[in-house]
Amino acid sequence: MADGNKKAAAERSWRITGALILDPFTGREGQGTVWVEAGRVVERPSGAFPEETVEASGLWLIPRLTDIHVHFRSPGQEWKEDLRSGSMAAAAGGFTVVATMPNTDPVVDIPALVAWQRLEAERLGLVRVWPIGAISVGLQGKALADLWAMQEAGAVGFSDDGRPVADSRLMRAALSYSRSLTGPIIQHAEDPGLFAGASMHEGSVSHRMGIPGAPAEAESVMVWRDVQLAALTGGRLHIAHLSAPGSLEALAWAKRRGLQVTAEATPHHLLLTDEAVAEWGYDAVTKVNPPLRPAAMREALVEAVREGLVEVIASDHAPHHADEKGRPYTEAPFGISGLETSLGAVLTALVHGGLLSPLEAMRRMTAFPHRLLGQAYPGLVPGAPADLTLVDPFHEWTVDPGRFYSKGKNTPLAGARLRGRAVATMVDGCWVMREGEVIDPCADN
Amino acid sequence: MEDFLGIAELGTKTLQDLLDTAESMAEVLTRRVKKVPTLRGRSVANVFFEPSTRTRNAFELAAKYLSADVVNFTGGGSSLEKGETVWDTVRTLEALGVDAVVVRHRTSGVPEAMARQLDIPVINAGDGEHEHPTQALLDLLTVRQRFGHIAGLTVAIVGDVLHSRVARSDLYGFSALGARVILAGPPSLVPEDLAEPPVRVTWSLEEALAEADVIQVLRIQRERQQEGYIPSLQEYRARWGITRERLAQAKPHALILHPGPQNRGVEIDSDVVDGSQSAILRQVQNGVAVRMAVLYRLLGGEPE
Repeated sequence: MADGNKKAAAERSWRITGALILDPFTGREGQGTVWVEAGRVVERPSGAFPEETVEASGLWLIPRLTDIHVHFRSPGQEWKEDLRSGSMAAAAGGFTVVATMPNTDPVVDIPALVAWQRLEAERLGLVRVWPIGAISVGLQGKALADLWAMQEAGAVGFSDDGRPVADSRLMRAALSYSRSLTGPIIQHAEDPGLFAGASMHEGSVSHRMGIPGAPAEAESVMVWRDVQLAALTGGRLHIAHLSAPGSLEALAWAKRRGLQVTAEATPHHLLLTDEAVAEWGYDAVTKVNPPLRPAAMREALVEAVREGLVEVIASDHAPHHADEKGRPYTEAPFGISGLETSLGAVLTALVHGGLLSPLEAMRRMTAFPHRLLGQAYPGLVPGAPADLTLVDPFHEWTVDPGRFYSKGKNTPLAGARLRGRAVATMVDGCWVMREGEVIDPCADN
Repeated sequence: MEDFLGIAELGTKTLQDLLDTAESMAEVLTRRVKKVPTLRGRSVANVFFEPSTRTRNAFELAAKYLSADVVNFTGGGSSLEKGETVWDTVRTLEALGVDAVVVRHRTSGVPEAMARQLDIPVINAGDGEHEHPTQALLDLLTVRQRFGHIAGLTVAIVGDVLHSRVARSDLYGFSALGARVILAGPPSLVPEDLAEPPVRVTWSLEEALAEADVIQVLRIQRERQQEGYIPSLQEYRARWGITRERLAQAKPHALILHPGPQNRGVEIDSDVVDGSQSAILRQVQNGVAVRMAVLYRLLGGEPE
């Protein structure tokens, strides 16, 4: 945390009352009061510091809301996003922890860059940034990067996200080596040949619009290969942004075999279909990889999240500059800016839709992400770092990217009505967002 | 009608009206002096980001026969090479005072996105694999001139439907006017979900030819072989090429269309291109008439 902020937090005591506490780490669910002192959850305040009460009736209190898949574009592509704007977007979206993908320029494939991202985020003092290191040197898919050294520097997992590890030999090596690491190998599952030239899902919409498409099998054939390699090696595999029915079958196969395989789904795949591409009329705001799928595939994914086959929800926050997203559809980059709509989309699609209880929905954005990255957090128990989010689950709002903290305004949810949003975010006992306003400790000092 | 972006969004009435207008333009084209003063003082920009000969020439002549002024913009050697975006290119032309832009681009949807940004009419001269609506108009006109009607005819569209903007526009246009469309070609190049009943898909050219009154032969590009869609061009010709022997199995009155340019000896043989059932040169003539009709409708007197 920024020094001034940390000091302020260290000398403060907060009493948060009236909220419905949903703590997936401990399973606690019920009305209660949480005391925070000197950055940590405490049983009772010591009385040594001035105490302030936060009245949170009607709100949910969630510890450690986590997004394990974001692109903060730094170093090297700061016109799209940087650690500060990304961290502000995370705080605004209610997240206390984000894991950043390494496909920056240069690629985060050495310990020094991992350490730099960690230190820079700590200096900013907003949210916790957990770097993910590259699997292969330069994302070239040829030689393994120094995974252990990056882990020692603070990397929580490894991925060549943005592109697949296509070479089966290298993927085998990475999965095998992961047995000696704490973090998983995170695969962007895509068969390069089947996906070549595609800008959306191949189906009736792509054929009507004349946009080159790729079938869902472009993803699932790679997932099938990877679960087989997970079986071969005993390694830890996490499938990023899973979207295809065949991938779900591969995942179920892996779980039946007791393999260490997990997967995440994005809010946009849970909420939208490829019809959105037609509705947006060739605006590349809908262009994302993996692409938005037809309704039946979306429903299968929702069901997989509901039953827990897919145990994590992550945004794949992929901000781009408007000039880039404004290019003709096939030339524009893939990605959706998702941090500031993720929670609202999940609550709208899954909780208010009656598919998941609030506690179960939040488990997929808190405890499960921690478990798969091998990161410990005890829940809202005395001594735990006070990382928590107050959520107004019934607040209805219209998505206006113009009000995003993220530099990326690219979202097909623009104009959508969502129900539920974060109203306050606390990290290390310090408020980093209240009433939708990010409190920038560096700007204050 | 503010823009002319695709056949799919046109009503049947508009389509009929355009063909009627094109018919009278075709009459003008038979005169010794073809120029009429209809669009005098108006200007049209031909903006071709992708190479084209016949479509661009047809649009240019169409505009000139209507007495409009024409500026031509092509991708090579232009401000595009200095990094300008396609949007800035057309916004600049609008600011220069042109009254309409005719756009061709290799990416689907570019004319539609331009139309959202410009106040002047945008005419789609072919976008990616999406639509080529003036081509469909000239195909419809050619068929209507020959048969006197379109409803009730069977139209076979043969070849690389997947990558063809002509196939899509023809499919929508002929279907809208009551023809029955059959899509024929290699399974990898004919997407079945484009064919909602009564449109049919077949891999058998023989089956399509047996029923067809009109045969639209699509261009097959050499790259499709390298991309793995088809085996050799020889094998393609053996199964889906329109040869004189094949044509002999079709109805005697069956009309041959091709949007051009032809790969003679691949998807169509020379003696078919130049044969008595070919309407290919008539298509080219009609290409000027339908573009005059579109320009007239967007820029001419008729208040909407």
